[in-house]
Amino acid sequence: MFYIYCPYCGEHREEEEFHPKGQAHIERPKDPEACSDEEWGNYLFFRNNPRGVHHEMWVHAVGCRKFFNVTRHTVSYEILETYKMGEQPSITADSQKQPREPAAVSHQEGVRA
Amino acid sequence: MSNAVTFDTRTDTAIPVESPLAFSYRQSGAPRAGSSSRVQLRERAMLGHLILRGGAIVLDEAVRDVLGISLPGKPQALVQDTSGERSIQWLSPDEWLVIVPGGEEFPLETQLRERLGNSHYAISDVSGGQTALEITGEAARELLMKAVIYDVHPSNFPVGKGVTTVFAKATTILRRPSEERWELVVRRSFADYCYRWLLDAAAEYSVNVEQ
Repeated sequence: MFYIYCPYCGEHREEEEFHPKGQAHIERPKDPEACSDEEWGNYLFFRNNPRGVHHEMWVHAVGCRKFFNVTRHTVSYEILETYKMGEQPSITADSQKQPREPAAVSHQEGVRA
Repeated sequence: MSNAVTFDTRTDTAIPVESPLAFSYRQSGAPRAGSSSRVQLRERAMLGHLILRGGAIVLDEAVRDVLGISLPGKPQALVQDTSGERSIQWLSPDEWLVIVPGGEEFPLETQLRERLGNSHYAISDVSGGQTALEITGEAARELLMKAVIYDVHPSNFPVGKGVTTVFAKATTILRRPSEERWELVVRRSFADYCYRWLLDAAAEYSVNVEQ
């Protein structure tokens, strides 16, 4: 049981009300006719699966039924921020790199001990 | 007025009409508990439910003109007129639920359509698709705490708030129009399920069902 902040409802809501909808910020090629098969294939079928910070689309399925974006850490599952559709994330893999590394190492050592 | 095709879903002819809970009353009964009851359950049947969709500013002007209530712009807000019979609830940034006394929904829809003209909006009459259950009594909040995943403590759920959330695994709208009154807006197809769940959960408070 945990809470996710819905940027449209403006409050934290139960996780049960949400559904994940895959990678965010996928842009449809402006001119599909001019795409190579590889470009079109990449757009349709291939998704990132990063270890670390990942931007995803979620939908508040039971509440306001709006899609929004979630920045989530795929190792710790921590939700770093949520933001509305059309907005850009303030936390990215690059911005997280410096403070994240030492914590990840100490966590691994803790597991080994 | 736009060229949308509308029709009054309430017929003048003598077609028998039943509330969504009519079946449940026959099947599961309606317990009467009298003065010992700590929870009272009542269906507010046959009300007019309209879903308004569109831009807040455009709809607000129209609704204020026609209904005399301003559209709630704040998330989770529920506003009512002075009699408490007509209400508008925020459902999402571009969606509102209007509940009016039964029979008023079609004239209201027509008036709104006339007022809105060719603006970008949608009005759907969902009166037949859902029904409102009213829960009152001292144990009402305790009863809701058993079934609703949303925090119903008064500090989180003041009067004039309404949320769409999960009630006993079913999607429902939960709202609090006044201090002692809670309202569940349930789908017609879920009405019997929710009713039976409520009877079961409220049995320990000796539930009293008003028909």
